[in-house]
Amino acid sequence: MSSVLYDTPGPRAKWRNVAFSVVFFVLLALLLWWLWRAMDDKGQLSSAMWKPFSESEAWTTYLLPGLADTLKAAALAMVIALPLGAVFGIARLSDHRWVRAVSGTVVEFFRAIPVLLLMLFANEFYARSTNVGSADRPLYAVVTGLVLYNAAVLAEIVRAGILSLPRGQTEAAHAIGLRKGQTMSSILLPQAVTAMLPAIVSQLVVIVKDTALGGVMLGFTDLLNSRGTLAANYANVIPSFIVVAAMYIVLNFLLTSFAGWLERYLRRSKRSTGAVLGAEDMEELNPAGTAGTFGAGAGAGGSI
Amino acid sequence: MFDFLEGYDVLGAFWMTVKLTVLSAVGSLVWGTLLASMRVSPVPLMRGFGTAYVNLVRNTPLTVIILFCSAGLADQFGVTLGSEDFKVQGFRLAVLGLVAYTAAFVCEALRSGINTVPLGQAEAARAIGLSFSQTLRLIVLPQAFRAVIGPLANVLIALTKNTTVAAAIGVAEAAYLMKSMIENEAQTLLVGAVFAFGFVVLTLPTGLILGWLGKRLAVKR
Repeated sequence: MSSVLYDTPGPRAKWRNVAFSVVFFVLLALLLWWLWRAMDDKGQLSSAMWKPFSESEAWTTYLLPGLADTLKAAALAMVIALPLGAVFGIARLSDHRWVRAVSGTVVEFFRAIPVLLLMLFANEFYARSTNVGSADRPLYAVVTGLVLYNAAVLAEIVRAGILSLPRGQTEAAHAIGLRKGQTMSSILLPQAVTAMLPAIVSQLVVIVKDTALGGVMLGFTDLLNSRGTLAANYANVIPSFIVVAAMYIVLNFLLTSFAGWLERYLRRSKRSTGAVLGAEDMEELNPAGTAGTFGAGAGAGGSI
Repeated sequence: MFDFLEGYDVLGAFWMTVKLTVLSAVGSLVWGTLLASMRVSPVPLMRGFGTAYVNLVRNTPLTVIILFCSAGLADQFGVTLGSEDFKVQGFRLAVLGLVAYTAAFVCEALRSGINTVPLGQAEAARAIGLSFSQTLRLIVLPQAFRAVIGPLANVLIALTKNTTVAAAIGVAEAAYLMKSMIENEAQTLLVGAVFAFGFVVLTLPTGLILGWLGKRLAVKR
């Protein structure tokens, strides 16, 4: 094990590492023991608190419907935001200055403001200006907020995906006489979509996490919201938090792992031009315009 | 046109947002640096802890963490963070949640910065006889810090926007005020525009200045 920070350990370094391991293990064990005691003191480990999760009622009445709503909102947001993002991403690469300016402003604006503001605004807008029923309104507001924000983020992903393709692709397309629109739709986009897939899946994690905002602030019946009703019913606040957090973590971990697998798979496959946009690239492709290889993009995004 | 602003402390709310951002930024920088040093350390157990923390926290919604700080830590375990005042307590709990969450991203940004330094740099440093601390101080860290400004700027911007989640536990910051204003005032669009403008003012300069700095200082390879 060698890294830029240290060499492969010799005999003395090995001993030192073992010593550090032991000290750290003791500290960690003390911390865990302390947490366990604190939980036990408050009676959070009693079987009555945890028993509901071994019975089907807690799952079928609260957790699974909540999870379904979370997934529904996330899926709807992604499906609606993707074409919108593609339009704005392509518009930012337009040859016409005013198209670039308008789409650039829209994208940077929506990336700079918190998604919660968009949700609150959408909720009030639907309440006043439309006849969306009050039962559906939270879902509408959550999806609208997520779509506005994530369309802007996806626009940047699409733009970066297209820019990540080798120049020769455009040049060859022009050389065989394709028009601008044809080059985009039959040469660049299909390849860019493949290159973007890992980044899109990673963005799905951000969307899933953001749906929880609607659960607290707008009364959307998502997983986090149903945790509240569950805890009120069984009086098990801490266990319900632990179970719900674990559900989010498993779901998002699966998505992250899938994105990672997709990225490795696409990098290996020989049929593409080798352009892949992974989660790491998205962190580079930051709002702050440090996106060296992807050209200037000044603004304020940053979605974590 | 803007007379609907009367009776509301919009600037005060944004000041609360700034306070949340600054305190959480400092806290998460400290905790994130500690986590990052664990993740790149030669001790496997520390690496494992760092990796586990980052993976668990990154995949949990911030809303869950902040709500847990209030409904779990404060209400169930009686963690008051040294204040009986409900408002101060909410503020501190929000900072605690934001630090716990943001530190995972700070850690990843720092680690990716260290990873941009090629192995050959350290090998060359050792070859000319520099000691471990000299290698770290003169060769590796200066390059790593410069590579890290851009990603950290990103995290800071995201943190600024994430402070709105503190509204979920009743901290009177910008989104909390917006929620009550937008429900009570007739000019929905104007209220939304005022708050959106506030956040653009907060995030855009951060992005532009730190982005410019990051680009300027980045090591050209």
